[in-house]
Formats: sequence, structure tokens, C-alpha cells
Amino acid sequence: MHAAPTAANNTFPKRVALAIHDQRLQAALDHASGGFAAKRQAQVDALPEFEALRERARLVKDHVLANLDGYLERYEARVLRQGGHVHWASTAEEARQIILDICQAAGARTITKGKSMVSEEIGLNDALEAAGYAVMETDLGEYIIQLAKEPPSHIIVPAVHKTREQVADLFDTHHRPLGYTRHLTEISEMVDEARQVLRGHYFAADVGITGGNFLVAETGSSIIVTNEGNGDLTQTLARVHIVTSGIERVVPTLDDAVTLLRLLARSATGQETETYTTVSTGPRRANDLDGPQEYHVVLVDNGRSAMLGGAFREMLRCIRCGACLNHCPVYTSIGGHAYGWVYPGPMGSVLTPLINGLSQAYDLPNACTLNGRCQTVCPVKIPLPGLLREIRRQQFETGITPVRTRWALQAWAWLARRPGLYHALMRIGIPVLHRIGRRRGGLRWLPLASGWTDTRDLPAPQARTFQQAWQALKGATR
Amino acid sequence: MSAAATGSREKVLGQIRLSLGRAAGSVAPITALPGSGPRPAFGGALVERFIAKMQEKSATVERLADLAKVGAAVARYITAVPSLPAVRVSHALAGIAWPAALTVQHGAAVREDPTSVTPCFAAVAESGGIVTLSGPDTPSTLNFVPDTHIVVVHANQVVAHFEDVWALWRASGLPMPRTVNIISGPSRTADIEQTIQLGAHGPRRLHILLVGA
Repeated sequence: MHAAPTAANNTFPKRVALAIHDQRLQAALDHASGGFAAKRQAQVDALPEFEALRERARLVKDHVLANLDGYLERYEARVLRQGGHVHWASTAEEARQIILDICQAAGARTITKGKSMVSEEIGLNDALEAAGYAVMETDLGEYIIQLAKEPPSHIIVPAVHKTREQVADLFDTHHRPLGYTRHLTEISEMVDEARQVLRGHYFAADVGITGGNFLVAETGSSIIVTNEGNGDLTQTLARVHIVTSGIERVVPTLDDAVTLLRLLARSATGQETETYTTVSTGPRRANDLDGPQEYHVVLVDNGRSAMLGGAFREMLRCIRCGACLNHCPVYTSIGGHAYGWVYPGPMGSVLTPLINGLSQAYDLPNACTLNGRCQTVCPVKIPLPGLLREIRRQQFETGITPVRTRWALQAWAWLARRPGLYHALMRIGIPVLHRIGRRRGGLRWLPLASGWTDTRDLPAPQARTFQQAWQALKGATR
Repeated sequence: MSAAATGSREKVLGQIRLSLGRAAGSVAPITALPGSGPRPAFGGALVERFIAKMQEKSATVERLADLAKVGAAVARYITAVPSLPAVRVSHALAGIAWPAALTVQHGAAVREDPTSVTPCFAAVAESGGIVTLSGPDTPSTLNFVPDTHIVVVHANQVVAHFEDVWALWRASGLPMPRTVNIISGPSRTADIEQTIQLGAHGPRRLHILLVGA
């Protein structure tokens, strides 16, 4: 379910059409999108230092990326000194194998998981379940989509596409065998039932797997933030704690982590801070009464080190807050599943082709209006529209862009560079379209543009071109 | 580390160096980034800010004149919840005189514990948070397993910003503990229809006993 979708019968346009006509999804998206944007704005308005924090965060991340090898080595040395283990995975497959090996060596049978997008990226759950482990997601949203056997549709709120009725139905199906027979209607009852079901799993788990929002080179620590406390129960009660993290998540100091944490919660959920911020360093100490006996960090590359060298380095500043999703007119119209992989929205439209290959997700960078809201709200100032434009350019140059589109773009570019000819043709074409569409107010069909006119009418243009109107206006006001 | 694992490490670091335009195997000295991140400015007393911020995040706060009043305050709170008269108390607070009506146990939390009482390392006024360090006397399961978490905070433990907590830790000479918890309210979730519910997986209630003026 996490593989990059390539099947011809599962194309982006088809998934978009399904999403647009899914009334429950549309209701869920309408409910969510406005709320996140408004809450974030309220936090930004309440913090005069927000812009200065964004600028400092950009500086810190750029500094780390320019010294990434050195900071990773420093981080690794500190983890080892504290008795932890560091594993390097250059691919998703290597990462899965490393984690399978750790679980096997630990004699594990049951695994609890805190929310981790890297684990989604590497398709970890499928690999663990295929190897016979009982895997339990503990973040409520992740738990819900695990029951539904779906990928997350949002990087922060994975079950944002589910209504309470759908959650109640899932709980009916999956909790009934456990003795919970009452059909629930209130959200508070659902949260409570999930709490009771998951309690036992925390205590029974052999291995607890979490993500890592930040890795701190100063102390060899990993940091996670949660609101539920599930990540803490996961990593404290299991015998073995495994952290999965991208190599770009290292920061120099605890103070730098604070700078980024001030931006993360405000940008993600519109909170001043998440309820729990947890700094984990190594396994339990000799006299500690709790905590894991083993601590492993799996540093996942999976295309990131190559990204560092080219036009896409700035994408590695991403702290996975999801603000670009919440402010994207495309994401808020189609939801996350239509994007076809684990990272949706603007950040996903950049990351998916970069991680899976430019030819694997042709439509994503093109399904963008370049309106720029994502860049405006990004806490680390990633120029997302510019990166999407660059992917389009590379798609064109490497011949991935379909022949008809290439031909049309080339023809248009040829024409656009000849203003005299362009304006002459417009002076002929525009009045023709005006006359055809005048009576109905719009055009129902255009040659070569049925993809557009199938679902909407092209408004009929005015009788004159913009240039003609402009010249006339200039003449009149002179 | 196996040969394959060593290979992956060198492969990742090698590709990073290639991307950064460095020679393979070179170790580039790091010049630390100058300056520091901006800290949110605010006026007024630290303690008042801390109380207001914790209450904003659904914690409750009771002020006590001195540590001797903690035992009775815990008993009162538990009666009001209401909850079983059993508390799992961090060994660091073993010296407090506990009312006879309370069953007091030390050690790590077990699943049946209804209430825990812990100290903290520091508290933060900026956006509200208590900071705990794990250790033999302060196991971190006490912060997450019981339904009710009661934290004893001394007024002079409240600092302005999170950076101040790290400065305190560096100055203390304490080793880095396994776990540092920053806790800003009871457990919560908004994963179903963005509706906030307290008590998702961690404590349903976070009660702060603020000792001293």
C-alpha cells in the first residue's frame, strides 16, 4: 500500500476525479482546512518574533546542510558515547532490513510505533508484518488509518479525511472481538476506547519505534513532539527503542532545536507548543528504573544526500510541519490520497519525484497553480513554487514530459518570443472566440483542451485583446 | 558493525561529501554558526506567566506556602477528582510527610497507578512547561502512565525561556539523562474531526503544586 503508484489504471487525474466527487472526503477537508490556517495565523499574530525565528531557522538549517557530514559524525559519536547504536541506511530497503535485524536480534514479537513519516516513506509496517511481527500504531490518527488499511492523508493529521462515523464503524469492526460491543457516537468515547485498547500494547511491546523530529549533535539526542503522549509510552515501556530519522534532521545544539520547536507547533497545528517535547539520549542508565535497554537510531538517506548537491538542497530544510498542505488550494480540494504516495501537498509534490524518480510522479509538480501560499507560510522559507517549477523544467529537458505537451510548450515558446506575430494572431483569434462564446457567455469545448473544458466552460473573452484595450485606454487618457 | 553496515555509512557520507563538493574521506572543520535564535519577549512576573500559560493548556495550578503543605494538598486533590487514595511518589519527594490516608509507593509506574507525584528540574514561563529529567529517583513512566500527574514546582525553578533550561543543565554538571520531558498540559488529541479531547494516552489531568512565593 505504500509503494509508489505506477499502474496506468491508477493515475493522478483519476484519483483527483474520485476525490473531488467523494462527498465525505470533501466534508472532512472543508472542516479541517480553514481551522488549521486560522489557528496558525492566530499564533503568528501573537508572536512578534515569528519572522525573525523563520529567518534564524533558515540560517540554522542551511548551516547544517553545508556541514552535514561533520554534524552527522559528531552526532553519531555522542550517541555511541551514551551507549546507543547508530545505523546508516542509504536506501529504504536497507533501512527496513536494519530494523528487521534489530527486531530479530532482540527476539521481538510485538512492536508499538509512534508516528513517523520516515517509517511510512520506507514502507516499514508492511515489511514488519510480512516478517510476522504484530505491529501497533499508537498515535490515534495513525491507529485509525492502520485499522482502515490506508496510508496517511496528511503528514501531521493522518486521519484528517475520516469522519467520526467512519471511525465509529472501524472501531465496531476491530474492537468487537476485544469485547467492546457498544456502537460509539461521541468522539470522547472513541478516544477513550482507543486509549483502553492500546494501553496493554504499550506494556506488552518488545520494541518501540518512533520518528525523530530533531537529532541534536551537541548531546547525541533525538527529539520527538506529540500531543497524546503515545510516543513516550512507546519508547519508555518497550525493551528496545528504535528511532527512524532522515539524515537532514540533525541540528547543532539544544538551543537550535528550541528555535525550530518554536516554529513547528505554531506552523503545524496552530499550537503555541505541543503538549510533550521529549529529548531521548541513549538507553536507560545503570540505575534507572525504566526506559529501554537498547537505543538504536536508523539514519535514512534514501535520496537525500543526492538532493544536497543540486537545485533541491533547500527542500532538506523541511521540518514536516504540514503548513504547506493546509494552505494549498490543490491539497485542500483533493486531500492527501490523490497524491499517490506518503508525502502529499506542495512538499510531497517536490519530494515524491525526487525520492522515487522524476518519471514516477509526472503530474504532481504540474498540479500546482504556483500561487505561492506554501512558500509564504513555510517556517523554514523553502521556495516550494520555485522547486516545483525546476522539476517541471527537468521533466521537460529529460523528455519525461508527454510528447503532445512538449510540442505545445515548444510551439507556445516559439510564438511567445515573437511578439509581433503573437499579437497579430491574438487580434484574429480573440474576436473569433468572443463571437463563438458570446451568446452563452462561455465556450463548452476547445480543440486540444478537452481536459480543461470537460469539467468547466472557458469564459468568453472580450472582443478586443488586452493590448488593444490598453492602447485605446492610453489614447483616451493622453 | 558489520561490513555491509560500514559500507552504507561510507556510502552515505561519501555522497554527502560529493554533493558538497568535498574530497572523499575529508573531514571539514565546522565553524559554529554565530548568534542565537530570537527569544519571545514578554513582560510581567515569570511565575504569573507560567501559571497563566499552564492554565491555557488545561493544567490546573494550586499555590502553596511551603513544601510541608504538599501532602495535604495531594490528598485534597485526589478526593476532589475523585480517585483512589494511592499515589506513586517519585523517590526524590520521599522526605515529604504524607497523610496516613494515602497509600504511598515509590519506584517506576505500573499500569494500575491512578496518580503520580513528581518533582521537576525546571519550569518555563515562555509558553508554559515543566521539565523533568529521568533518573533512579525520577523514572519517566511517572509522567505518562497514571491518569493523574501531580508536579511539585518551586517558584524559584521557573525560568523565562527554554534556552535557560539548557543553560541550567549545562551549569549543573549533571550527565545527560536518558529522558528529558517537557510537559505542557495533560495528554490531548484532535485526531478525530479536529475536536480536542484530553486524556488520549498520557495523563488525563496535570495538576501543579507551586511552592513558595
